[in-house]
Amino acid sequence: MVLNPTALVEIRKVSLSFVAVQALQEIDLSINQGDIHALVGENGAGKSTLGKVISGIERPDEGDLLINGEVRHYTHPRDALRDGITTITQEIALLNNQSVLHNVLLGQEICRAGVLQRGQMLAEFERLVELTGFSLDPDERVGRLHMADQRKVEVLQAVARDSRLIIMDEPTAMLADDETQVFLDIVRNLQRSGHTIIYISHFLEEVLELADVVTVMRNGRIVRTAPTAEETTHSLVEAMLGRSMLEMYPPRQAPAPDAAVVFEVQGLAAPGLGSVDLQLRAGEITGLAGLVGSGRSRLARTLFGALERDAGEILVHGEAVQLNSTSDAIQAGVFMLPESRKEQGLLLKQNIRSNLSLPHMHSIVGRGGVISRARESDRIGQLLKILNVVPPEPRLIVNRLSGGNQQKVLFGKWLFEQPTVFIVDEPTRGIDIGARRAIYELVVELATQGVAILLISSEIEEIMGLAHRSLVMRLGSIVAEFEAGEDGKLDEQAIMQAAFGAETMQRATTGGEAP
Amino acid sequence: MTQQTSAVRERSARTISAFLLDYGIIIAVFLLYIVLSLQTNAFFSIRNQLNILDQAHQIGLIAVAATVVIIAGGFDLSTGAIFAMSGVIAAMVARDLGAHEEFATAAPWLGWTAGLIAGTLLGLLNGVLVTFFRINTFVATLSSGIVFRGFALLITEAEMVRVSDSAFRELARGNILDVRHTVFIWLGFALALSFMLFRTRFGRYVFAAGDNPEAARLSGINVNLVRTITFGISGLAAGMAGVLSASKFLKAQNDSGQGLELISIAAVVIGGTSIMGGEGAVWRTVLGVMLLRLIENGFNLMNVEPFYQDIFQGLIILLAVALDALRHRRS
Repeated sequence: MVLNPTALVEIRKVSLSFVAVQALQEIDLSINQGDIHALVGENGAGKSTLGKVISGIERPDEGDLLINGEVRHYTHPRDALRDGITTITQEIALLNNQSVLHNVLLGQEICRAGVLQRGQMLAEFERLVELTGFSLDPDERVGRLHMADQRKVEVLQAVARDSRLIIMDEPTAMLADDETQVFLDIVRNLQRSGHTIIYISHFLEEVLELADVVTVMRNGRIVRTAPTAEETTHSLVEAMLGRSMLEMYPPRQAPAPDAAVVFEVQGLAAPGLGSVDLQLRAGEITGLAGLVGSGRSRLARTLFGALERDAGEILVHGEAVQLNSTSDAIQAGVFMLPESRKEQGLLLKQNIRSNLSLPHMHSIVGRGGVISRARESDRIGQLLKILNVVPPEPRLIVNRLSGGNQQKVLFGKWLFEQPTVFIVDEPTRGIDIGARRAIYELVVELATQGVAILLISSEIEEIMGLAHRSLVMRLGSIVAEFEAGEDGKLDEQAIMQAAFGAETMQRATTGGEAP
Repeated sequence: MTQQTSAVRERSARTISAFLLDYGIIIAVFLLYIVLSLQTNAFFSIRNQLNILDQAHQIGLIAVAATVVIIAGGFDLSTGAIFAMSGVIAAMVARDLGAHEEFATAAPWLGWTAGLIAGTLLGLLNGVLVTFFRINTFVATLSSGIVFRGFALLITEAEMVRVSDSAFRELARGNILDVRHTVFIWLGFALALSFMLFRTRFGRYVFAAGDNPEAARLSGINVNLVRTITFGISGLAAGMAGVLSASKFLKAQNDSGQGLELISIAAVVIGGTSIMGGEGAVWRTVLGVMLLRLIENGFNLMNVEPFYQDIFQGLIILLAVALDALRHRRS
């Protein structure tokens, strides 16, 4: 620790507004040399924008940015790069078909007369590896690496560019839990080798574990900056929301003890899945836990008729149904919320109305497939009220909505008609706390109305907070089932152990705690 | 204060440029009308206007259908070949059946219908190539177009197919209140497709298929079927244009309609329908077609050398594509 830390970055009265929003309002902040400084806040609080101002991607309307005590007016990210400021974003941005070596030294190639000097480049690579303590094969193709290793490549790239300050914007959002742990160690190593880090994240536990200082932002302003030692998840959430933290999860009603089994799967076999048997009851929320790649989404997509299956019977309300296509599934009352909002879920160029009614056109068309506008707008109006989409404007193009509101629209696509079974795959991925709470309420409300819900989530808290019962998948099969105990709670430890397979779990905990 | 006013100015500048990007085609056509009306006396007569509309029917029919194909995420480069094939088939059926006493009166009708059916079937075949065999739409329709033309050559043996019965001419040459049938046919077709796109379930599916096929599939839509049908519509349109051409000249040949596919796609792009799929409108294409025809008509009336027309048209197409790219960068 530096005794008298000097400010590497100082921000004075910085403001920035976009077309309709004041993104940053008179921000004052200093980032000390050698710190891991976290920025937290809801989506739209301005934390990413602040990061972009520092790295020269956005230009502030007002105020000054000082680097090492000197005023800087960046007009382009490369100006910031010259001052040793680099950014690592949520999406990994590497050349997948190139080697690790070429990626790390991209733009820093060592040439003589335009010819690459492989020996010298390897030596430089070794130097960087030594500096950071990573081990990576320089000749491996980046596309073949795990995500955590790809992150290492990005970090090496930043170090190769002589950065003093690395801004990390949601760097672990796409990583699995074990990969996250590896990545957090990487960040600690960077700090040890003298780098300053601005760490933007939704994951508060991660922030508390990693950062020295945390700044909480809300609506484009700074709420407070404090040493992480003085903060808890609770205090951070309160500061982010600006009100005392209500119970995150709405109260749930246990399903009636005699609730009917409305969905049953017997001996399902499909590529990548072991034999799966499954029963879902009306009004019950069944969690489906497991590691990334354990086959949960594959199972969901197979049940929804989006992937082929080799064998197995599916019964809805006790009757065998053929779910050979997604439209079969929808007709049988089996709906699925896909995990990726942008790739699988929404039509980003279409308006809210088109998105919401898309799976249910049959209920609003008359003869010749002509849409009844009255019927459609009635239903859309009701849905927008239930979903609380802001702004509630059916003709707004979905691309213009915030992530949380987009997720509400995605969810709303499946509320147009009442499902029998609703499979929700990562229903709150990448959205802020307010929208999260709204989605949780919708899930619980649907269950209360008697819908059987299969909840897939990588956040164990979500399953703990919502599910009545939890299944655990590992390597394509359901390996365990847990009922809620007397207190209505699931055993988190047991679920995690089943997901990892006990011995792996052991290694993960001991590995994580070693300093 | 100055900060605020400059922000306001910037904001309004942004909305103005967004407006120009979205509705530039309307302004362009409007300005062209004014300029041409002022430049030449002949231009703004009803006769000339109807002429322009009549001359626009080939590109018009193919382009409005191409709009649907493009919105659904495809391209059809075989429309010129389908045009030739349908024309040839229509003319052959009319000619050969006309030779038989018992079919003589029905022969023109049978010829027209055969041409339309042939066009539609060839279009559907394109759809199957693109969806079932998963061949890239450029490559699939480029090669199928070559094959179709080959067949047209084969069945005509490179001979002109002539129809002697002048009743066969009625479809293209006939008129109602001095307005050619062709004008009603292409504008009616445009209206029908526009209604289909914006008021029917199928229209929603077309936009969905082009916007995000995976999301569409996960919403219970048979994306392959939707795309196949759009190619069928394109084939039908090319068939109509081919039949009208055969009808108009009482003859058809295997190498007609060359380049129609490209000029039609150009009209779609000029109108402002995005080549990325998922966005667009038929009225845009109608204006795009009119813009191209107006330039040609105006240049002819002003006696401008034809190669200037080509250069000018090419530049307009380039401008339209550039504007499309710009619009996407903004969003």
